[in-house]
Amino acid sequence: MLTITSAETYYGNVRALKGVSLHVNAGEIVALIGANGAGKTTTLRTISGLLAPRRGTITFGGRAIGGLPPEAIVRAGISQAPENRRLFGGLSVQDNLLMGAYHLSWSAKRARLRCDLEGVYGLFPVLRERVQQLAGTLSGGEQQMLAIARALMSRPRLLLLDEPSLGLAPRAVRVIFDAIANFRLQGLTVLLVEQNARAALGIADRAYVLETGRLVMEGSAEELLNQKEVQRAYLGRGYRQVWEEE
Amino acid sequence: MPIWNASIETKPRAELEQLQLERLQATLNRIWESVPFYRRRFEELGLMPEHIRSLEDVRLLPFTVKDDLRTGYPYDLFALPLREVVRIHASSGATGQPTVVGYTKNDLRNWGELVARVLSAGGATKDDVIQISFSYGLLTDAFGFHQGAEEIGASVIPVSAGAPEQQIKIMRDFRSTALIGTPTDALRIAEALEEHGIALSSLHLRWGMFGSAPWPEAVRARIETMLGISATDNYSISEVMGPGVSGECEENKDGLHINEDHFLCEVIDPESGEVLPAGRTGELVITTLTKEALPILRYRTRDVTSLNPEPCSCGRTLARMARVFSRTDDMLVVGGVKLFPSQIGEVLMQVEGVEPHYRVILEEVGGTERVEVQVEVSSALLTGDMRHLLKIQQELAQRLQRDLGLTADLKLVEPRTIGPIEQPAQRIVDRRRPEGGSRQGRE
Repeated sequence: MLTITSAETYYGNVRALKGVSLHVNAGEIVALIGANGAGKTTTLRTISGLLAPRRGTITFGGRAIGGLPPEAIVRAGISQAPENRRLFGGLSVQDNLLMGAYHLSWSAKRARLRCDLEGVYGLFPVLRERVQQLAGTLSGGEQQMLAIARALMSRPRLLLLDEPSLGLAPRAVRVIFDAIANFRLQGLTVLLVEQNARAALGIADRAYVLETGRLVMEGSAEELLNQKEVQRAYLGRGYRQVWEEE
Repeated sequence: MPIWNASIETKPRAELEQLQLERLQATLNRIWESVPFYRRRFEELGLMPEHIRSLEDVRLLPFTVKDDLRTGYPYDLFALPLREVVRIHASSGATGQPTVVGYTKNDLRNWGELVARVLSAGGATKDDVIQISFSYGLLTDAFGFHQGAEEIGASVIPVSAGAPEQQIKIMRDFRSTALIGTPTDALRIAEALEEHGIALSSLHLRWGMFGSAPWPEAVRARIETMLGISATDNYSISEVMGPGVSGECEENKDGLHINEDHFLCEVIDPESGEVLPAGRTGELVITTLTKEALPILRYRTRDVTSLNPEPCSCGRTLARMARVFSRTDDMLVVGGVKLFPSQIGEVLMQVEGVEPHYRVILEEVGGTERVEVQVEVSSALLTGDMRHLLKIQQELAQRLQRDLGLTADLKLVEPRTIGPIEQPAQRIVDRRRPEGGSRQGRE
């Protein structure tokens, strides 16, 4: 469905992605894990069109999308729930959701909005209870649900999630990840960026490990969970004692 | 026969190549960080991992040769500390310093999976009772096949190397349905059966998988008839993994399906190092795509083969390599034409009515090279008329010229004047001055 080949993305003169290749098959949940600054968010921003790759190709459903503007990429069927949620705090839950369908024409909106709202309320029942509440007053977990729900309003075929566990209490992380795991049943494809490698590998089919803008490992989630380097570096098993001595 | 991992083994070529590229790049990034030997090589070439942007770019990478592993004996090329390594094997060291290879837990898991694919392609199922006559020791064959057979769920009998009588006793008493070992093991067992007058019907043998030494089609035919089995070939090389690199499918026995999601294979001209297009015969070069303990770049196997990327009618899309019959050390240069003894055999075999017993005589007469190819004809043909024989002789000469660019005097000789020769290289009689051939320097 999504194929990236040797993508190089720069911030000014700083090369943040040094030739990253990865793919996501339809119906898969794929995780992108790695430390801070490894290039995970840059990869997502390169896919969603917020950054243009200077080299390499990105194809989605067989069509080249590298360097297209974000709105064209949303129309192509890719939607991103950004890091830190980026909600409109002064707007109600429902208005935030409507913003997710902002790119649709009025007639299209009329035809499907009610049904789509029902759909996301079905996924996150707590949002239905808070329809008129201002987004800024929601709890962290609820805000994250709203951010994901908003991304779903454009009916994406591929959902990009950037650090959905960031700043959340363990219980909220569990709720969010259970919901993401459920997307598989809805036929949705997910590319998930996470620092919480354990939670991500728990729901992913496959994963890629990034280090300083380079892909260093790939494999099934199960394989990577059993990989000692991954365990040390990202799953917090005596990383400092054993790894940094060398 | 069922395909062990259909999602990989029947994957469309474009998807497979994307996976290969991702794995190649990840391997290069890990090697750059953790193998000083390769880091130095990269720096000498002014190469960074990210310069490899496509599979074609693999030709920018340096080769690895057996001597690199010997110089780095035992652990210099390992990418991980020994505490990550759960298994160590080594080559025999018969030709000098042995080469040492290591495996992590993931490497072993992959190894089992890859051998399971090769075994399934050869006809193995979980109901088989598999007798392994490879010697259990430092070499990779016995342990690799053992693990793959267990992965499939077959019953494995680790007989190890032993006298044919001992193998036969176990084969009969334990009701082995399959034999895995060297082609010589199979022949010895077959001969012992005959010698002791043991009927095939008292055995349960169904198939066999043989390797680790070249075995021409004539040997396969002998093994299949004498043991009443289907015999498949597979390719094993310890520096890269051991068995599990590639194997024939029982349906077609027409090339060995390479596990391309774990190994990137190229065929090169052994003299210039240039990559040859699909179908051309040359030296097999392998890059590992998933090995953790000992990733290896462009390993020069010195084995001679060609690649066929066309999907097979068995359903597998994995490219096939031709059976390996000779080593690059056997390469001949005749009048500027480079060729391998086995290629002559292949051409001869395509012409109907000619047994693949042949001999090639190289001479230098008055400063020019002369090639004589002697081909044994079947006794049936000798009773036929002369015109037919002449026609065959002409056709053979034309084929050698057309397919190999070899201008040779072709002589038909009577049956049993040459006889079966096990190794294609032994078919060459080089009477030229020493510098004429490139066959010196063999180990």
